[in-house]
Amino acid sequence: MEIKDLYREIVNEHNLYPVHKGEMEAPDLILEGVNPSCGDDIYLQLKLDENGVVTEGLFNGSGCAISQASTDMMLDLIIGRKKDEALKLAEGFMSMVRSTATPEQIEELDEAAALESIAHMPARVKCATLGWKTMQKMLSGEATPATTENE
Amino acid sequence: MNLSAIRDDFPILKNNNVVYFDNAATAQRPVQVLKAIGDFYTTTNANPLRGLYAWSVGATDAYENARSRVARFINAADDAEIIFVRNTTEAINLAAYSYGMEKVNAGDEIVISVMEHHSNILPWQMVARAKKAVLKYIEPETDGTITVDMIKEAVTDKCAILALGQVSNVLGVANPVKEAARIAHEHGGVILVDGAQGLPHLKTDVQDMDCDFYAFSGHKLPGPMGIGALYGKRALLEAMQPFMRGGEMIEYVKRDSATYAELPHKFEAGTVNAADAVGLAAAIDYIDAIGYEAMEAQENAVTALILDGMRKLPHVHVYGPKDPLLHHGIVTFNIDGCHPHDIASVLDEENIAIRAGHHCAQPLMEYMQEKCAMEFRATARASVAFYNTEEEAERFVAAVSKVRKWLGFGD
Repeated sequence: MEIKDLYREIVNEHNLYPVHKGEMEAPDLILEGVNPSCGDDIYLQLKLDENGVVTEGLFNGSGCAISQASTDMMLDLIIGRKKDEALKLAEGFMSMVRSTATPEQIEELDEAAALESIAHMPARVKCATLGWKTMQKMLSGEATPATTENE
Repeated sequence: MNLSAIRDDFPILKNNNVVYFDNAATAQRPVQVLKAIGDFYTTTNANPLRGLYAWSVGATDAYENARSRVARFINAADDAEIIFVRNTTEAINLAAYSYGMEKVNAGDEIVISVMEHHSNILPWQMVARAKKAVLKYIEPETDGTITVDMIKEAVTDKCAILALGQVSNVLGVANPVKEAARIAHEHGGVILVDGAQGLPHLKTDVQDMDCDFYAFSGHKLPGPMGIGALYGKRALLEAMQPFMRGGEMIEYVKRDSATYAELPHKFEAGTVNAADAVGLAAAIDYIDAIGYEAMEAQENAVTALILDGMRKLPHVHVYGPKDPLLHHGIVTFNIDGCHPHDIASVLDEENIAIRAGHHCAQPLMEYMQEKCAMEFRATARASVAFYNTEEEAERFVAAVSKVRKWLGFGD
Protein backbone atom coordinates (compact mmCIF):
# COMPACT_ATOMS: atom_id res chain seq x y z
CA MET A 1 0.00 0.00 0.00
CA GLU A 2 1.16 3.52 -0.76
CA ILE A 3 1.88 5.39 2.42
CA LYS A 4 -0.62 8.19 1.79
CA ASP A 5 -3.34 5.56 1.34
CA LEU A 6 -2.25 3.91 4.55
CA TYR A 7 -2.60 7.20 6.37
CA ARG A 8 -5.93 7.98 4.75
CA GLU A 9 -7.51 4.58 5.26
CA ILE A 10 -6.50 3.87 8.81
CA VAL A 11 -3.65 5.76 10.45
CA ASN A 12 -5.12 9.27 10.44
CA GLU A 13 -8.36 8.15 12.08
CA HIS A 14 -6.62 6.42 14.98
CA ASN A 15 -4.05 9.20 15.30
CA LEU A 16 -6.45 12.13 15.29
CA TYR A 17 -9.33 10.44 17.09
CA PRO A 18 -7.79 7.74 19.27
CA VAL A 19 -10.23 5.63 21.26
CA HIS A 20 -7.81 4.51 23.94
CA LYS A 21 -5.81 7.63 24.66
CA GLY A 22 -5.93 9.13 28.11
CA GLU A 23 -4.99 8.95 31.72
CA MET A 24 -6.04 5.96 33.83
CA GLU A 25 -6.73 6.09 37.52
CA ALA A 26 -4.80 3.45 39.44
CA PRO A 27 -3.55 1.21 36.62
CA ASP A 28 -2.15 -2.18 37.58
CA LEU A 29 0.72 -1.79 35.16
CA ILE A 30 2.31 1.25 33.62
CA LEU A 31 5.34 1.43 31.37
CA GLU A 32 6.98 4.09 29.26
CA GLY A 33 8.04 3.22 25.73
CA VAL A 34 10.55 5.45 23.97
CA ASN A 35 11.95 5.66 20.45
CA PRO A 36 14.95 7.91 21.00
CA SER A 37 15.56 8.28 17.28
CA CYS A 38 12.07 9.71 16.68
CA GLY A 39 11.28 11.31 19.98
CA ASP A 40 8.23 9.03 20.27
CA ASP A 41 7.44 8.78 23.94
CA ILE A 42 4.34 6.96 25.06
CA TYR A 43 3.23 5.29 28.24
CA LEU A 44 0.90 2.43 28.40
CA GLN A 45 -1.47 1.78 31.31
CA LEU A 46 -3.24 -1.53 31.82
CA LYS A 47 -5.65 -3.10 34.28
CA LEU A 48 -5.82 -6.87 34.60
CA ASP A 49 -8.33 -8.98 36.51
CA GLU A 50 -7.53 -12.02 38.65
CA ASN A 51 -7.66 -14.30 35.58
CA GLY A 52 -5.02 -12.29 33.76
CA VAL A 53 -7.53 -10.70 31.39
CA VAL A 54 -6.77 -7.15 30.24
CA THR A 55 -9.86 -5.31 31.38
CA GLU A 56 -8.78 -1.75 30.63
CA GLY A 57 -6.05 -0.15 28.57
CA LEU A 58 -5.05 3.43 27.80
CA PHE A 59 -1.97 5.10 26.33
CA ASN A 60 -0.70 8.64 26.61
CA GLY A 61 2.26 10.66 25.40
CA SER A 62 3.37 12.02 22.08
CA GLY A 63 4.70 10.54 18.92
CA CYS A 64 4.22 10.20 15.21
CA ALA A 65 0.92 9.15 13.67
CA ILE A 66 2.13 5.61 13.03
CA SER A 67 3.17 4.99 16.63
CA GLN A 68 -0.01 6.55 18.02
CA ALA A 69 -2.33 4.76 15.62
CA SER A 70 -0.57 1.44 16.03
CA THR A 71 -0.85 1.64 19.82
CA ASP A 72 -4.52 2.59 19.61
CA MET A 73 -5.27 -0.35 17.31
CA MET A 74 -3.31 -2.65 19.57
CA LEU A 75 -5.40 -1.67 22.58
CA ASP A 76 -8.55 -2.30 20.51
CA LEU A 77 -7.29 -5.84 20.05
CA ILE A 78 -6.01 -6.76 23.47
CA ILE A 79 -8.67 -5.33 25.76
CA GLY A 80 -10.79 -8.25 26.87
CA ARG A 81 -8.13 -10.81 26.08
CA LYS A 82 -5.94 -12.89 28.33
CA LYS A 83 -2.31 -12.02 28.84
CA ASP A 84 -0.95 -14.94 26.77
CA GLU A 85 -3.36 -14.17 23.92
CA ALA A 86 -2.17 -10.57 23.89
CA LEU A 87 1.45 -11.74 23.82
CA LYS A 88 0.66 -14.09 20.95
CA LEU A 89 -0.83 -11.18 18.99
CA ALA A 90 2.30 -9.15 19.69
CA GLU A 91 4.40 -11.97 18.33
CA GLY A 92 2.24 -11.99 15.21
CA PHE A 93 2.60 -8.23 14.79
CA MET A 94 6.40 -8.41 15.13
CA SER A 95 6.47 -11.19 12.53
CA MET A 96 4.25 -9.15 10.23
CA VAL A 97 6.56 -6.13 10.20
CA ARG A 98 9.48 -8.45 9.49
CA SER A 99 7.49 -10.01 6.61
CA THR A 100 7.57 -13.45 8.24
CA ALA A 101 3.99 -13.74 9.51
CA THR A 102 1.62 -16.52 8.45
CA PRO A 103 -1.71 -15.53 6.84
CA GLU A 104 -3.43 -16.69 10.07
CA GLN A 105 -1.26 -14.42 12.20
CA ILE A 106 -2.06 -11.47 9.95
CA GLU A 107 -5.77 -12.24 10.01
CA GLU A 108 -5.79 -12.29 13.80
CA LEU A 109 -4.39 -8.77 13.83
CA ASP A 110 -7.61 -7.48 12.32
CA GLU A 111 -7.34 -3.73 11.65
CA ALA A 112 -3.71 -3.63 12.76
CA ALA A 113 -2.90 -5.84 9.77
CA ALA A 114 -3.19 -2.66 7.69
CA LEU A 115 0.30 -1.82 8.91
CA GLU A 116 1.74 -4.79 7.02
CA SER A 117 3.26 -2.49 4.40
CA ILE A 118 5.36 -0.84 7.12
CA ALA A 119 7.71 -3.79 6.63
CA HIS A 120 8.86 -2.04 3.45
CA MET A 121 9.64 1.17 5.31
CA PRO A 122 12.48 0.26 7.64
CA ALA A 123 12.64 3.75 9.10
CA ARG A 124 9.06 3.47 10.33
CA VAL A 125 9.05 -0.08 11.69
CA LYS A 126 10.15 1.16 15.11
CA CYS A 127 7.24 3.59 15.18
CA ALA A 128 4.74 0.82 14.45
CA THR A 129 6.17 -1.55 17.03
CA LEU A 130 6.62 0.87 19.94
CA GLY A 131 3.26 0.22 21.61
CA TRP A 132 3.47 -3.51 20.97
CA LYS A 133 6.97 -3.82 22.41
CA THR A 134 5.94 -1.84 25.46
CA MET A 135 2.95 -4.14 25.98
CA GLN A 136 5.16 -7.24 25.56
CA LYS A 137 7.48 -5.98 28.26
CA MET A 138 4.61 -5.20 30.59
CA LEU A 139 2.89 -8.52 30.26
CA SER A 140 6.07 -10.57 30.47
CA GLY A 141 6.79 -9.05 33.83
CA GLU A 142 9.29 -6.35 32.96
CA ALA A 143 6.95 -3.54 33.82
CA THR A 144 7.38 -1.61 36.97
CA PRO A 145 4.10 -1.47 38.89
CA ALA A 146 2.60 1.99 38.73
CA THR A 147 3.31 2.75 42.34
CA THR A 148 7.04 2.08 42.10
CA GLU A 149 7.33 4.02 38.87
CA ASN A 150 5.95 7.09 40.60
CA GLU A 151 8.32 6.91 43.53
CA MET B 1 26.98 29.01 -13.37
CA ASN B 2 25.31 26.72 -15.87
CA LEU B 3 22.86 24.84 -13.69
CA SER B 4 21.72 22.31 -16.27
CA ALA B 5 25.33 21.42 -17.14
CA ILE B 6 26.03 20.97 -13.43
CA ARG B 7 23.01 18.73 -12.96
CA ASP B 8 24.21 16.65 -15.89
CA ASP B 9 27.31 15.89 -13.83
CA PHE B 10 25.21 14.17 -11.15
CA PRO B 11 23.97 10.81 -12.46
CA ILE B 12 21.70 10.18 -9.49
CA LEU B 13 19.91 13.49 -10.04
CA LYS B 14 19.78 13.09 -13.80
CA ASN B 15 18.36 9.58 -13.66
CA ASN B 16 15.66 10.23 -11.08
CA ASN B 17 12.89 12.69 -10.61
CA VAL B 18 13.70 13.13 -6.93
CA VAL B 19 13.89 16.49 -5.18
CA TYR B 20 16.93 15.83 -3.04
CA PHE B 21 16.74 18.22 -0.11
CA ASP B 22 18.80 16.24 2.38
CA ASN B 23 22.13 17.73 1.41
CA ALA B 24 23.04 18.64 4.97
CA ALA B 25 23.04 14.91 5.75
CA THR B 26 25.10 13.99 2.72
CA ALA B 27 25.56 15.57 -0.70
CA GLN B 28 25.34 13.80 -4.04
CA ARG B 29 28.54 13.25 -5.99
CA PRO B 30 29.37 14.38 -9.53
CA VAL B 31 30.85 11.97 -12.09
CA GLN B 32 34.19 13.70 -11.71
CA VAL B 33 34.44 12.44 -8.13
CA LEU B 34 33.24 8.95 -9.04
CA LYS B 35 35.71 8.81 -11.92
CA ALA B 36 38.65 9.93 -9.76
CA ILE B 37 37.92 7.10 -7.32
CA GLY B 38 37.53 4.61 -10.18
CA ASP B 39 40.74 5.83 -11.81
CA PHE B 40 42.69 5.34 -8.61
CA TYR B 41 41.61 1.70 -8.37
CA THR B 42 42.05 0.99 -12.08
CA THR B 43 45.41 2.68 -12.61
CA THR B 44 47.51 2.84 -9.47
CA ASN B 45 45.92 0.87 -6.66
CA ALA B 46 48.40 -0.39 -4.08
CA ASN B 47 48.97 0.21 -0.40
CA PRO B 48 50.30 3.77 -0.18
CA LEU B 49 53.32 4.81 1.88
CA ARG B 50 54.81 1.31 1.95
CA GLY B 51 55.65 -0.33 -1.33
CA LEU B 52 58.80 0.05 -3.35
CA TYR B 53 57.22 -0.39 -6.74
CA ALA B 54 55.52 1.91 -9.22
CA TRP B 55 51.89 1.41 -8.27
CA SER B 56 52.54 1.99 -4.58
CA VAL B 57 54.59 5.07 -5.38
CA GLY B 58 51.70 6.25 -7.58
CA ALA B 59 49.21 5.57 -4.79
CA THR B 60 51.40 7.47 -2.33
CA ASP B 61 51.65 10.44 -4.69
CA ALA B 62 47.91 10.45 -5.30
CA TYR B 63 47.24 10.34 -1.56
CA GLU B 64 49.75 13.05 -0.67
CA ASN B 65 48.61 15.25 -3.54
CA ALA B 66 45.10 14.98 -2.17
CA ARG B 67 46.42 16.17 1.17
CA SER B 68 48.07 19.18 -0.50
CA ARG B 69 44.81 19.91 -2.28
CA VAL B 70 42.92 19.98 1.02
CA ALA B 71 45.63 22.14 2.61
CA ARG B 72 45.43 24.68 -0.21
CA PHE B 73 41.64 24.62 -0.14
CA ILE B 74 41.36 25.70 3.49
CA ASN B 75 44.67 27.59 3.37
CA ALA B 76 46.57 25.54 5.91
CA ALA B 77 50.16 26.75 6.29
CA ASP B 78 51.56 23.27 5.87
CA ASP B 79 50.35 20.01 4.26
CA ALA B 80 51.38 18.14 7.41
CA GLU B 81 48.65 20.00 9.30
CA ILE B 82 46.00 17.98 7.43
CA ILE B 83 45.22 14.64 9.05
CA PHE B 84 42.96 12.40 7.01
CA VAL B 85 40.22 10.72 9.05
CA ARG B 86 36.91 9.06 8.25
CA ASN B 87 34.68 12.02 9.00
CA THR B 88 34.07 15.02 11.24
CA THR B 89 33.13 12.78 14.15
CA GLU B 90 36.47 11.01 14.02
CA ALA B 91 38.29 14.33 13.62
CA ILE B 92 36.71 15.75 16.77
CA ASN B 93 37.32 12.53 18.67
CA LEU B 94 40.97 12.67 17.63
CA ALA B 95 41.24 16.18 19.06
CA ALA B 96 39.33 15.20 22.20
CA TYR B 97 41.43 12.12 22.92
CA SER B 98 44.86 13.36 21.86
CA TYR B 99 44.54 16.98 22.92
CA GLY B 100 41.63 17.16 25.39
CA MET B 101 42.53 14.13 27.49
CA GLU B 102 46.14 15.34 27.73
CA LYS B 103 45.74 19.08 28.22
CA VAL B 104 42.51 19.61 30.11
CA ASN B 105 42.86 19.71 33.90
CA ALA B 106 40.46 19.49 36.81
CA GLY B 107 38.47 22.69 37.16
CA ASP B 108 39.11 23.79 33.57
CA GLU B 109 36.17 24.70 31.38
CA ILE B 110 35.26 23.31 27.99
CA VAL B 111 32.83 25.66 26.27
CA ILE B 112 30.41 24.49 23.56
CA SER B 113 26.94 25.59 22.48
CA VAL B 114 23.52 23.98 22.87
CA MET B 115 23.32 24.05 19.07
CA GLU B 116 26.17 21.59 18.50
CA HIS B 117 25.81 18.29 16.67
CA HIS B 118 26.25 15.30 19.00
CA SER B 119 29.68 14.74 17.48
CA ASN B 120 30.78 18.07 18.97
CA ILE B 121 29.15 17.33 22.34
CA LEU B 122 29.86 13.72 23.29
CA PRO B 123 33.67 13.82 22.96
CA TRP B 124 33.73 16.87 25.25
CA GLN B 125 31.35 15.26 27.73
CA MET B 126 33.85 12.43 27.92
CA VAL B 127 36.85 14.73 28.43
CA ALA B 128 35.02 16.81 31.02
CA ARG B 129 33.96 13.73 32.97
CA ALA B 130 37.38 12.09 32.83
CA LYS B 131 39.34 15.23 33.71
CA LYS B 132 36.82 16.66 36.18
CA ALA B 133 36.44 19.72 34.00
CA VAL B 134 33.26 21.73 33.55
CA LEU B 135 31.30 21.46 30.29
CA LYS B 136 29.73 24.86 29.77
CA TYR B 137 27.00 25.58 27.22
CA ILE B 138 26.36 28.79 25.33
CA GLU B 139 22.62 29.19 24.76
CA PRO B 140 21.81 30.83 21.43
CA GLU B 141 18.89 33.13 20.80
CA THR B 142 15.79 31.25 19.66
CA ASP B 143 16.67 31.84 15.99
CA GLY B 144 20.09 30.26 16.57
CA THR B 145 22.13 33.44 16.76
CA ILE B 146 25.20 33.30 18.96
CA THR B 147 26.61 36.78 19.49
CA VAL B 148 30.19 37.73 20.19
CA ASP B 149 29.04 38.98 23.58
CA MET B 150 27.62 35.56 24.45
CA ILE B 151 30.98 34.02 23.66
CA LYS B 152 32.81 36.67 25.68
CA GLU B 153 30.59 35.95 28.62
CA ALA B 154 31.10 32.18 28.44
CA VAL B 155 34.85 32.13 27.85
CA THR B 156 36.97 32.90 30.90
CA ASP B 157 40.57 32.24 31.89
CA LYS B 158 39.41 28.76 32.91
CA CYS B 159 38.51 27.91 29.30
CA ALA B 160 40.82 25.20 27.98
CA ILE B 161 38.83 24.43 24.85
CA LEU B 162 36.10 26.26 22.97
CA ALA B 163 34.39 23.98 20.43
CA LEU B 164 31.87 25.56 18.06
CA GLY B 165 30.14 24.63 14.86
CA GLN B 166 30.89 26.91 11.90
CA VAL B 167 27.26 26.52 10.75
CA SER B 168 24.41 24.89 12.69
CA ASN B 169 23.09 21.72 11.04
CA VAL B 170 19.59 22.54 12.34
CA LEU B 171 19.14 26.30 12.13
CA GLY B 172 21.71 27.05 9.42
CA VAL B 173 23.17 29.98 11.32
CA ALA B 174 26.89 30.70 10.98
CA ASN B 175 28.69 31.38 14.23
CA PRO B 176 31.22 34.22 14.61
CA VAL B 177 34.11 31.73 14.72
CA LYS B 178 36.87 34.20 13.89
CA GLU B 179 35.92 36.40 16.85
CA ALA B 180 35.47 33.25 18.93
CA ALA B 181 39.05 32.22 18.12
CA ARG B 182 40.35 35.60 19.24
CA ILE B 183 38.39 35.40 22.49
CA ALA B 184 39.55 31.84 23.22
CA HIS B 185 43.17 32.83 22.61
CA GLU B 186 42.91 35.94 24.79
CA HIS B 187 42.03 33.63 27.65
CA GLY B 188 44.73 31.08 26.90
CA GLY B 189 42.39 28.45 25.43
CA VAL B 190 42.25 26.75 22.06
CA ILE B 191 39.34 26.63 19.64
CA LEU B 192 38.06 23.74 17.56
CA VAL B 193 35.70 24.62 14.75
CA ASP B 194 33.32 21.91 13.51
CA GLY B 195 33.19 22.68 9.81
CA ALA B 196 30.92 19.81 8.74
CA GLN B 197 28.09 22.16 7.72
CA GLY B 198 30.29 25.17 7.15
CA LEU B 199 32.75 24.09 4.49
CA PRO B 200 30.07 23.12 1.92
CA HIS B 201 28.77 26.70 2.02
CA LEU B 202 31.49 29.06 3.21
CA LYS B 203 34.89 29.78 1.76
CA THR B 204 37.16 28.90 4.64
CA ASP B 205 40.64 30.08 5.48
CA VAL B 206 41.89 28.43 8.66
CA GLN B 207 44.79 30.87 9.04
CA ASP B 208 42.55 33.88 8.73
CA MET B 209 40.03 32.29 11.13
CA ASP B 210 43.00 31.47 13.37
CA CYS B 211 41.33 28.32 14.67
CA ASP B 212 43.53 25.72 16.33
CA PHE B 213 41.58 22.75 14.99
CA TYR B 214 39.14 22.52 12.10
CA ALA B 215 37.17 19.34 11.42
CA PHE B 216 35.20 18.45 8.30
CA SER B 217 33.74 15.57 6.28
CA GLY B 218 34.23 14.99 2.57
CA HIS B 219 30.78 13.58 1.91
CA LYS B 220 28.92 16.84 2.42
CA LEU B 221 31.20 18.66 -0.03
CA PRO B 222 30.31 16.58 -2.39
CA GLY B 223 33.14 14.11 -1.88
CA PRO B 224 33.03 10.44 -0.96
CA MET B 225 31.80 8.99 2.33
CA GLY B 226 34.48 7.72 4.67
CA ILE B 227 36.99 10.53 4.24
CA GLY B 228 37.35 13.78 6.13
CA ALA B 229 40.11 15.75 7.74
CA LEU B 230 41.27 17.34 10.93
CA TYR B 231 43.33 20.47 10.46
CA GLY B 232 45.50 21.31 13.45
CA LYS B 233 48.16 23.93 13.99
CA ARG B 234 51.51 22.24 13.61
CA ALA B 235 52.83 23.08 17.08
CA LEU B 236 49.73 21.59 18.70
CA LEU B 237 49.77 18.43 16.60
CA GLU B 238 53.50 17.94 17.25
CA ALA B 239 52.91 18.01 20.99
CA MET B 240 50.01 15.52 20.87
CA GLN B 241 50.13 11.77 21.34
CA PRO B 242 48.78 9.52 18.59
CA PHE B 243 45.05 8.78 18.55
CA MET B 244 45.31 5.23 17.21
CA ARG B 245 48.33 3.01 17.15
CA GLY B 246 49.43 0.42 14.61
CA GLY B 247 50.71 0.19 11.09
CA GLU B 248 52.51 2.97 9.29
CA MET B 249 52.45 5.53 12.11
CA ILE B 250 55.80 4.54 13.64
CA GLU B 251 59.52 5.08 13.33
CA TYR B 252 60.83 2.22 15.46
CA VAL B 253 59.00 -0.45 17.36
CA LYS B 254 60.63 -2.55 20.06
CA ARG B 255 59.02 -5.11 22.29
CA ASP B 256 58.19 -2.59 24.99
CA SER B 257 58.24 0.74 23.24
CA ALA B 258 57.83 2.63 20.02
CA THR B 259 58.64 5.98 18.50
CA TYR B 260 56.18 7.57 16.17
CA ALA B 261 56.29 8.85 12.64
CA GLU B 262 56.42 12.53 11.76
CA LEU B 263 53.27 14.50 11.08
CA PRO B 264 50.85 13.85 9.56
CA HIS B 265 51.39 10.08 9.52
CA LYS B 266 51.64 9.89 13.30
CA PHE B 267 47.86 10.27 13.30
CA GLU B 268 47.05 7.96 10.39
CA ALA B 269 47.44 4.44 11.71
CA GLY B 270 46.71 1.52 9.42
CA THR B 271 46.06 1.41 5.70
CA VAL B 272 44.78 4.80 4.68
CA ASN B 273 41.71 5.57 2.57
CA ALA B 274 43.70 6.81 -0.40
CA ALA B 275 41.01 6.32 -3.04
CA ASP B 276 38.50 8.46 -1.18
CA ALA B 277 41.14 11.07 -0.40
CA VAL B 278 41.65 11.28 -4.16
CA GLY B 279 37.86 11.54 -4.55
CA LEU B 280 37.80 14.33 -1.99
CA ALA B 281 40.46 16.23 -3.92
CA ALA B 282 38.32 15.83 -7.04
CA ALA B 283 35.30 17.20 -5.16
CA ILE B 284 37.37 20.20 -4.10
CA ASP B 285 38.49 20.74 -7.70
CA TYR B 286 34.85 20.53 -8.72
CA ILE B 287 33.52 23.15 -6.33
CA ASP B 288 36.56 25.36 -6.82
CA ALA B 289 35.81 25.43 -10.54
CA ILE B 290 32.25 26.58 -9.84
CA GLY B 291 33.30 28.93 -7.07
CA TYR B 292 31.70 29.61 -3.72
CA GLU B 293 30.11 32.83 -4.94
CA ALA B 294 28.14 31.05 -7.65
CA MET B 295 27.23 28.17 -5.35
CA GLU B 296 26.00 30.53 -2.66
CA ALA B 297 23.98 32.55 -5.15
CA GLN B 298 22.11 29.43 -6.30
CA GLU B 299 21.62 28.06 -2.78
CA ASN B 300 20.37 31.41 -1.56
CA ALA B 301 17.94 31.80 -4.44
CA VAL B 302 16.43 28.36 -3.81
CA THR B 303 16.40 28.84 -0.03
CA ALA B 304 14.67 32.21 -0.38
CA LEU B 305 11.96 30.66 -2.55
CA ILE B 306 11.36 27.91 -0.01
CA LEU B 307 11.26 30.33 2.91
CA ASP B 308 8.96 32.76 1.11
CA GLY B 309 6.61 29.98 0.07
CA MET B 310 6.53 28.29 3.45
CA ARG B 311 5.99 31.47 5.43
CA LYS B 312 2.77 32.03 3.50
CA LEU B 313 1.40 28.62 4.48
CA PRO B 314 -0.90 28.36 7.49
CA HIS B 315 0.16 25.91 10.23
CA VAL B 316 3.79 25.90 9.03
CA HIS B 317 6.51 27.10 11.40
CA VAL B 318 9.98 27.82 10.07
CA TYR B 319 12.85 28.10 12.54
CA GLY B 320 16.07 30.06 12.30
CA PRO B 321 16.76 33.63 11.17
CA LYS B 322 14.34 35.71 9.11
CA ASP B 323 16.93 36.49 6.44
CA PRO B 324 17.30 33.62 3.91
CA LEU B 325 20.95 34.57 3.43
CA LEU B 326 21.65 33.49 7.00
CA HIS B 327 20.28 29.96 6.50
CA HIS B 328 23.12 28.43 4.47
CA GLY B 329 20.63 26.29 2.61
CA ILE B 330 18.98 24.87 5.74
CA VAL B 331 15.23 25.21 6.30
CA THR B 332 14.02 23.57 9.49
CA PHE B 333 10.28 23.53 10.08
CA ASN B 334 7.27 21.95 11.67
CA ILE B 335 3.62 21.69 10.72
CA ASP B 336 0.89 21.88 13.38
CA GLY B 337 -0.35 18.46 14.40
CA CYS B 338 2.08 16.62 12.13
CA HIS B 339 5.01 14.66 13.47
CA PRO B 340 8.16 15.33 11.42
CA HIS B 341 8.51 11.64 10.59
CA ASP B 342 5.02 11.58 9.11
CA ILE B 343 5.87 14.70 7.11
CA ALA B 344 8.99 13.04 5.70
CA SER B 345 7.08 9.84 4.89
CA VAL B 346 4.34 11.52 2.87
CA LEU B 347 6.86 13.78 1.10
CA ASP B 348 8.87 10.69 0.20
CA GLU B 349 5.87 9.47 -1.76
CA GLU B 350 6.07 12.75 -3.69
CA ASN B 351 9.72 11.93 -4.47
CA ILE B 352 10.96 14.58 -2.09
CA ALA B 353 13.77 13.58 0.26
CA ILE B 354 14.15 15.48 3.53
CA ARG B 355 15.45 14.71 7.00
CA ALA B 356 13.19 14.53 10.03
CA GLY B 357 13.90 13.85 13.66
CA HIS B 358 16.38 15.25 16.13
CA HIS B 359 19.21 15.84 13.62
CA CYS B 360 21.79 14.49 16.10
CA ALA B 361 21.15 17.62 18.15
CA GLN B 362 18.95 16.48 21.02
CA PRO B 363 20.01 19.23 23.45
CA LEU B 364 18.97 21.79 20.82
CA MET B 365 15.64 20.00 20.23
CA GLU B 366 14.95 20.12 23.96
CA TYR B 367 15.89 23.80 24.04
CA MET B 368 13.71 24.60 21.01
CA GLN B 369 10.79 22.60 22.31
CA GLU B 370 10.78 24.83 25.35
CA LYS B 371 11.70 28.18 23.76
CA CYS B 372 9.82 27.84 20.46
CA ALA B 373 6.85 25.92 21.90
CA MET B 374 7.41 22.95 19.62
CA GLU B 375 4.80 20.23 19.74
CA PHE B 376 7.29 17.40 19.28
CA ARG B 377 10.93 17.19 20.25
CA ALA B 378 11.83 16.90 16.59
CA THR B 379 11.69 18.91 13.38
CA ALA B 380 11.63 18.39 9.63
CA ARG B 381 14.55 19.81 7.65
CA ALA B 382 15.01 20.61 3.99
CA SER B 383 18.61 21.38 3.04
CA VAL B 384 19.69 22.82 -0.26
CA ALA B 385 22.87 22.43 -2.30
CA PHE B 386 24.16 24.41 -5.28
CA TYR B 387 22.69 21.90 -7.75
CA ASN B 388 19.12 22.34 -6.52
CA THR B 389 16.75 24.31 -8.69
CA GLU B 390 14.01 26.91 -8.26
CA GLU B 391 11.54 24.41 -9.72
CA GLU B 392 12.42 21.95 -6.99
CA ALA B 393 11.74 24.65 -4.40
CA GLU B 394 8.30 25.20 -5.91
CA ARG B 395 7.57 21.47 -6.01
CA PHE B 396 8.59 21.24 -2.39
CA VAL B 397 6.45 24.15 -1.18
CA ALA B 398 3.44 22.82 -3.11
CA ALA B 399 3.84 19.42 -1.46
CA VAL B 400 4.30 20.92 2.01
CA SER B 401 1.03 22.80 1.55
CA LYS B 402 -0.77 19.44 1.23
CA VAL B 403 0.82 17.61 4.14
CA ARG B 404 -1.95 18.42 6.62
CA LYS B 405 -4.57 17.17 4.21
CA TRP B 406 -2.65 13.91 3.69
CA LEU B 407 -2.43 13.49 7.45
CA GLY B 408 -6.16 13.77 7.85
CA PHE B 409 -6.78 17.39 8.77
CA GLY B 410 -9.86 18.96 7.26
CA ASP B 411 -8.30 22.28 6.26
